[in-house]
Amino acid sequence: MNAYDKTDVVIVGSGFGGSIPAYHLAAGGAKVTVLERGPWLETKEFEHDYLLGSSYTRAFDFVVGDGMSVLGGNCVGGGSVVYFAAMPRAPKFVFERHGSIGRRMWPSALTRDTLEPWYDRVSDSLPVSTQDWNDVSYAGGLWAALCDHSGRTANPAPVAVDNDRCVNCNFMMAGCRFDAKRSLLTNYLPAALAHGAKIRPLHEVQRIERIDDGDYRVHFNIVDDEDYRVQSGSGTIDAKVVIIAAGAGATPVILQRSESALGTMPHAVGRYFSGNGERLNTAIINEERVREVLGLSREDGKVYEANHIGKGPTVANWDKLDGSLPEYERYSLEQLYFPPGLGTILAQVPGGDEPRWFGPQKKEILKQWASWLTIFLMTEDDNEGVFGAPPPTGNAYRISQQMLGRGPLKYDPTPNTLHGWSLADAECKEILEKDGLAKVAPWTNDVVGAYTVHPLASCRIGDDPETSALHPNHELRNHPGIFVTDSASVPGALTVNPAMTIAALAERSVPGIVRALQARGVDVTYGAPAPDGSITGRRAVSKLSLVAGS
Amino acid sequence: MDSDEQVKVSTLEAYADTIVPGEKRFPDDHAIAGASAGPGAVVAGALELLHTEATGVTVGLPYLAQSLNDHAKVYAKEHDLTLDETLPSFVALSFVDRTALVRQLTAPGHPEKDGWVSLALFCNMSFDSAAHKHTAEAIAEGHPGLLAMGYTAPDEDGLWRFPKFSYRRELAQLHPDTTPSGSPA
Ligand SMILES: Cc1cc2nc3c(=O)[nH]c(=O)nc-3n(C[C@H](O)[C@H](O)[C@H](O)COP(=O)(O)OP(=O)(O)OC[C@H]3O[C@@H](n4cnc5c(N)ncnc54)[C@H](O)[C@@H]3O)c2cc1C
Repeated sequence: MNAYDKTDVVIVGSGFGGSIPAYHLAAGGAKVTVLERGPWLETKEFEHDYLLGSSYTRAFDFVVGDGMSVLGGNCVGGGSVVYFAAMPRAPKFVFERHGSIGRRMWPSALTRDTLEPWYDRVSDSLPVSTQDWNDVSYAGGLWAALCDHSGRTANPAPVAVDNDRCVNCNFMMAGCRFDAKRSLLTNYLPAALAHGAKIRPLHEVQRIERIDDGDYRVHFNIVDDEDYRVQSGSGTIDAKVVIIAAGAGATPVILQRSESALGTMPHAVGRYFSGNGERLNTAIINEERVREVLGLSREDGKVYEANHIGKGPTVANWDKLDGSLPEYERYSLEQLYFPPGLGTILAQVPGGDEPRWFGPQKKEILKQWASWLTIFLMTEDDNEGVFGAPPPTGNAYRISQQMLGRGPLKYDPTPNTLHGWSLADAECKEILEKDGLAKVAPWTNDVVGAYTVHPLASCRIGDDPETSALHPNHELRNHPGIFVTDSASVPGALTVNPAMTIAALAERSVPGIVRALQARGVDVTYGAPAPDGSITGRRAVSKLSLVAGS
Repeated sequence: MDSDEQVKVSTLEAYADTIVPGEKRFPDDHAIAGASAGPGAVVAGALELLHTEATGVTVGLPYLAQSLNDHAKVYAKEHDLTLDETLPSFVALSFVDRTALVRQLTAPGHPEKDGWVSLALFCNMSFDSAAHKHTAEAIAEGHPGLLAMGYTAPDEDGLWRFPKFSYRRELAQLHPDTTPSGSPA
C-alpha cells in the first residue's frame, strides 16, 4: 500500500476539464489525485523538431476512426499544451441550438448570459487577452485584408498567449518553449500542486468499479514513457468522487469499458459525438496579386510567404455567426497554421486533376508551402458520431510508438452537416479567389475521414435523460459521484474554438462537486481565487455558486 | 529477379515515389518513375523513415510490399497489361498505373485502406517533415523536402524566432457585435 491508494477525488486526465476542478478542490481542502496517461513535459523539453520522439509526437494523440479522426493532447496539461490558445466565447445562439434532437440541446439553466461569469473566471485565470493589429501575424493580417477586400469584417481573436514572450516561431503545437502560451502548466496545475494535489503521469485509466459504501475504484495501467504501446504494470486507487476528463474521444470509452462493473450506462454515453463541424481549407496565395490588389508587403520587401511565421490563429471572420440564420448555416472562418506532417498530406490541389492529395501536382503545391494560407471552418454539425466497442486499453489500438492509433469512432456526416460544410467552403472560395488572389481547396475527407481537433459531446449534459448522459451539474445519470467535466460534456458544436467554453463549464461544475464531496463527509469548501490570486472573476460567481449544479 | 530485400526496397520506393514523385537517380532507375523534376520522397528518406521502428509499420513492410505486387499483378491482368517479369510487379507498372492502383487501395471502403494510408502518410512525412531526422540537422544537410518547402535555418540554439511577423496595420473593420472580451456576441 502506498499513501495514494485511497483519496477523496480521482481526476482522469489533466486538460481543461481535469485541471480546473483539480485546483479548486485541492484549494478547498480535498485530497486530489490526477491520473494522466501522457508524460509530464517541462518547458525545456518542448522542441522545435519534427523528429519522431520529439515533443511534437510525444505530446499528441491522433486517432483514426471510421469517417472521423481526432487529434488531441497526450501529456500533463492535455490539449492546453498543444493547442493554439484561441479563446473566444461561444455566441449566444449556440446555447439555443436544437441540433439533431428537435428540442433545445443545452440544459435550460445554461445560456451565454448564465455562463458569462464562469467565462470571466477563466479569462482571469489563464489569463485570456484581446489582441490588436500589431499582434496579428502576417497570415492573420492577410486573412483580414482578404475579408475586407470582399466586403466582410475580421477580428483579431482573443488568445491565451503572452505576446511579449512570443517569438512567433509557429511551433506552439509541439508545446511552447518560451512559456508564452498560457497552457494549464502555467496556471491551474501549479496552483493545484501548491495546494497538495498529486499528479501521476503515464497512468492510463482503463475502467472504474463501484466498491463498498458507494466509493469507486479506478483501475489504471502504467504506460512506458517512450513507447506508449508498452504498458508495464497496473494498479488501482479508491475515491469518493471520480471526475472523468479524458477528452471527448476517450471519456466515453472509459465509461463503456466500466459498464460491466458499474451497471448500465445512460444511452447517450458514446453517442452524439460532434467534431465541432470542423473543416480545413488550404489556399495557395498569388503573391503578386496580393501586392497589386491588397497593397500588402512585409518589412523585408516580401509580400506574404509567411505561412510558417506566427502563432496559430490570430484573425477570424464572424459574419456568419448570425443568430437569425437557420441552424447549420452559421459558422466562423479562422486563419490557422498547421505544421507539416500532421496535416499537409490532406491538403488538396486546388482545381487539379485526381488524385488531388498525392502525386506530382501535390508536390508542386508543397513547393509553394510558404505561400499557403490555411482557413479553419467551424460549422454546426449533427452530433452524428457514435463509438463502437471499446479497444482493449485506452481509446485506440496504438499503431505507432507515439501518437498514431486506430479507434472505434464512427462518423457518417448527415446532409445537414454536409450542407454546413459546403456553405462554408463556398464562402471561403468567394473570399479567397476574388480577383485571382488565391486558389483554394478543402482538405480531403477520403484519407482519414473528417479531421477534428475539437471533439465534443460524446457524454453530454442536458435536461433530457434520453439524449444526455449527464445531469446539468455534470454528474453521470444513475451513477452518483461520477462527474464528467471535459469536452465530452459540451452538448454540441460551438461554431468557434471550444476550450474557453469547456473551461467555463468546468469552472461552473465545481460548486456541485464540492457539495457531492461534502455529502460524502469530505471537509472541503468552495471559493478559491484565480490561480494567480486575483479575485475579479470570483466576485461574480460567488453569488452564483449556489445555483450551479442544483 | 533480385533478392527478397531488393524486391521489398524497390517496391516500397515505387510506392513512395507515387506519393511524392521525383526524378530518376540514374538512367535505369526503375523504382523511381521520373514523373517530377527534383528529388521526391525516396531521396528525402522515405525508406529510412519506414524503417524507423517508432512508426509501427516497419514489421509490416515485407507483407505490404508483397501485397502491393500481388495487387499490381491483378491490376495488370484487369487492364490487359504485360509486365516486365524481371521487375517487381508494382515497379513494372507505369506511373499512371501506379497512381491508379494507389488511388484504389486508399479509397474509402477498400478493406486494406488503413495499411495503405499509413504507408502513404509516412512516405509524405519523409518529404514534408523529415520525421526521421532532427529538423535543424535535416535543413543543415540540405534535406530536399524541407528545402523545397522553403524552410530556413533556425537560430544558433536550434530554435526559430521571427522578430518581424506582422504587417502592423489595421486591415479590416471589426464585427459590429464584438463584445468587450473580444468575442462574438
Ligand atoms: C493542435 C490543436 C490545436 C487546438 N487549438 C485550439 C484553440 O486554439 N482554441 C481552442 O479553444 N481549442 C483548441 N484545441 C482544442 C482543445 O485543445 C480541446 O478542446 C481541449 O483541450 C479539450 O479539453 P479536455 O479537458 O476536454 O481534454 P484534453 O485537453 O484533451 O485533456 C484530456 C487529457 O486526458 C488524457 N487521457 C485520455 N485518456 C486517458 C486515460 N484513459 N487515462 C488517463 N488520462 C487520459 C489525455 O492524455 C489528455 O491529457 C486544439 C486542439 C489541438 C489538438
